[in-house]
Amino acid sequence: MKILVPVKRVVDYNVKVRVKSDGTGVETAGVKMSMNPFDEIAVEEAVRLKEKGVATEIVAVSMGVAASAETIRTALAMGADRGILVETDVDLQPLAVAKLLKAIVAKEAPNLIIMGKQAIDDDMSATGQMLAALLGWPQGTFASKVAIEGDGVTVVREVDGGLETVALTLPAIVTTDLRLNEPRYASLPNIMKARKKPIETLKPADLGVDPAPRLTVLTVAEPPKRQAGVKVGSVAELVAKLKTEAKVI
Amino acid sequence: MTALVLLDHEAGSIKQPSRSAVAAAQKLGEVHVLVAGAGVQAAADAAARLPGVAKVILADAPAYDHALAEPLAALLVALAPGYSHLLAAATAIGKNVMPRAAALLDAQPISDIAGIVDADTFIRPIYAGNALATVKSADSKKVITVRAASFDPVAAEGGNAPIEAAPAVETPSMSRFVSAELSKSERPELTAARVVISGGRGMQSGDNFKLLEPIADKLGAAVGASRAAVDAGFVPNDYQVGQTGKIVAPELYVAVGISGAIQHLAGMKDSKVIVAINKDEEAPIFQVADYGLVADLFTALPELAAELERS
Repeated sequence: MKILVPVKRVVDYNVKVRVKSDGTGVETAGVKMSMNPFDEIAVEEAVRLKEKGVATEIVAVSMGVAASAETIRTALAMGADRGILVETDVDLQPLAVAKLLKAIVAKEAPNLIIMGKQAIDDDMSATGQMLAALLGWPQGTFASKVAIEGDGVTVVREVDGGLETVALTLPAIVTTDLRLNEPRYASLPNIMKARKKPIETLKPADLGVDPAPRLTVLTVAEPPKRQAGVKVGSVAELVAKLKTEAKVI
Repeated sequence: MTALVLLDHEAGSIKQPSRSAVAAAQKLGEVHVLVAGAGVQAAADAAARLPGVAKVILADAPAYDHALAEPLAALLVALAPGYSHLLAAATAIGKNVMPRAAALLDAQPISDIAGIVDADTFIRPIYAGNALATVKSADSKKVITVRAASFDPVAAEGGNAPIEAAPAVETPSMSRFVSAELSKSERPELTAARVVISGGRGMQSGDNFKLLEPIADKLGAAVGASRAAVDAGFVPNDYQVGQTGKIVAPELYVAVGISGAIQHLAGMKDSKVIVAINKDEEAPIFQVADYGLVADLFTALPELAAELERS
């Protein structure tokens, strides 16, 4: 079984982002970038399926500026076999990413695509569902457990009230939630090995896709700031204030 | 312009986040709502009573049971020609279904909107709510999920809309519901509760979450958790409040043993009143709390339970 894992280069989880003073976006110059955390979980799941002998090849795909190749290297160091970079300076939105991935799927013919449920930069949580739609494949989103069984995959999903299990025919798309697994750190030997693994570079035009954004960002602003309130000295004072001042209990 | 809202429903009633989505849709034009499921006439009747709804479309068929994305997206696409906007609350169902429908309509979905500027322009949080983007859509049909906490829900009663049956749509058979394991709780749901009390890593174990229960009982509160507490295995993921969990904006939010990572703040900073109980007085949660109590939660929680009992 061949697994495709899309990975996104995003501002690192630990960075406190700052809105640019001209309101065009957030500051990314000189900011630490990393693989989207949910995508790390996707790579880990694919690697585990390979270690179990279920998967035979893992292809990591990233899209965006040339530096996205670093994100692919991270996936290769974790255990993916080769990479594909779709290089563009265009602001890629989920619909364009889904169309580009569809074109790659046509070339690569994977049986399973595992990807993050959400990127922590745009918080769209859309690309996996959109790719599934464009391919006419079933989707198992927000997965906390994935089991390949014959020509299908069973996915336990995190839903609002608890867990839901669905059975999908293959090929299928799974998007990862945080409890699916704990991603490994790449070992130094594996980082060295990853340098020799191949990465193919393509342009959107090579895939016949117009990546132009459909959403124009008019402004990006700071959210209204909450003011810190007061410290109370005791539980009794807290309860008194909630009753008489805030009037919420 | 007419907007169609896909409703989440349960046991014959319309869930509160969906009533917020209806409120958002009313800013765009006439509102129709879609109730899909198997044996869901009662939910359609409830939808017809929502104030300001002009029409209920009822899709009652076995294929729509359990709200699988594949048949629901196909249904939305079949209904789409009559509408300028397709909306749903940003719940597990809305987030699963709407992007799939959007792709089939060649539209870029606009996820988790927190504000409406005009029919094409929306405000949505990005970077865990650390920035608000105002985006204008060039698509002829807008496919939207709504951040329920940002829109006051319409009332549950007061309307009297006609109910119409949805056309039969061919349903794909590539996915199948197997089972559900839902948390059983007498408490209100996190996204609908007037009061939420959440525990973090400071709770130290899942067992210690029991300390929150008498307080939650007294206040009629839902119990939530930070991602750290979920990651540590103290409580299930459906307790999670934050960027990658649920977004809540109750009247009162009580954060216990939660340091206040930006990812957690993203899920609760729009609460009306925030209380923080933490033994670390430098914890960032105190920067957003209206009332902060620097105390060991293991002494403060029993005291709080007793104090609430007394009053």
